[in-house]
Amino acid sequence: MAVTWDNINEGDSLPELKKKPSLTQMVKFAAGNGDFNPLHHDFKYFACEYLGSVLVQGHFRYAALGELVQTWLGHNQGGRIKKMSCQHRGMDFPDADITCKGTVDKKYEENGEKLADLTIWTEDNEGKQNSPGAATIVFV
Amino acid sequence: MAESFEITDEMKARVGVESPPWTFEVTTTGVRAFARGVGYTDPVYYDIEAARKAGYRNLPAPPTFHGTPIYIPGKSEETFSTPLECDITVDHGLPNTIDGGKVTEYYEQICAGDTLTCVTKLASLDLKVTGSGITMFIQTIEFKFTNEDGKVAVIDRLKVINH
Repeated sequence: MAVTWDNINEGDSLPELKKKPSLTQMVKFAAGNGDFNPLHHDFKYFACEYLGSVLVQGHFRYAALGELVQTWLGHNQGGRIKKMSCQHRGMDFPDADITCKGTVDKKYEENGEKLADLTIWTEDNEGKQNSPGAATIVFV
Repeated sequence: MAESFEITDEMKARVGVESPPWTFEVTTTGVRAFARGVGYTDPVYYDIEAARKAGYRNLPAPPTFHGTPIYIPGKSEETFSTPLECDITVDHGLPNTIDGGKVTEYYEQICAGDTLTCVTKLASLDLKVTGSGITMFIQTIEFKFTNEDGKVAVIDRLKVINH
């Protein structure tokens, strides 16, 4: 069922989105967004040697949170992303699980717009939220 | 070194200064490449007919993707592909850089076929001392993307943290 203003409620959970980016997936993402920071692909880069691994891109997690929200909304079904954000507070490594989650915190009308505020975040296997964020949805 | 770091008047003078404009192309290939990189399986990001059936005029840009900056050797930054002349960050001498995250505000739908003009601006400079006493220098950089109709399509605000 498409998400609409009428059928969402505060406290709703978004369907979880599971990611497990391999190094190959991270290289695909680098090609897609044009960020070739060696931190994300070169194990001989000084920071990667220090950490013992390359790191999953922060933008990958942000984009995955965007996929979480957009997949929940569907396409042109009545809601669109007005604003979204996330912070990067921790590291994820290749081949590790990243679960994207979200909840509807507030449903309200303001300046003639029907809005919903979401809390969104990524979670690693230990439950750590490495990219906590938020989104505001505007409904027609 | 970071413990004594200060924001100088010279740095403060850079706040609010805008870069020259730079073109970002939103192409079908670019949308597909980004969607593939994220791992989307939804056909609207790959198949133009599926996108049109879903109500889009072309492949929609997935959230957080606003096209690809035109790359020109010698004028583009080699690591991040962004134009060198649009780098409005300040020189600080701090050795470590962290991606502090981003805020994105959408105003217009973005689809393949769009050409966006981006102007960057140093929006603010801040200092924050962590619990362990490390001074973090935070630069907030605004990227304003305007579409061919002259409408602001999306604004990103990126936090770059140095220490």
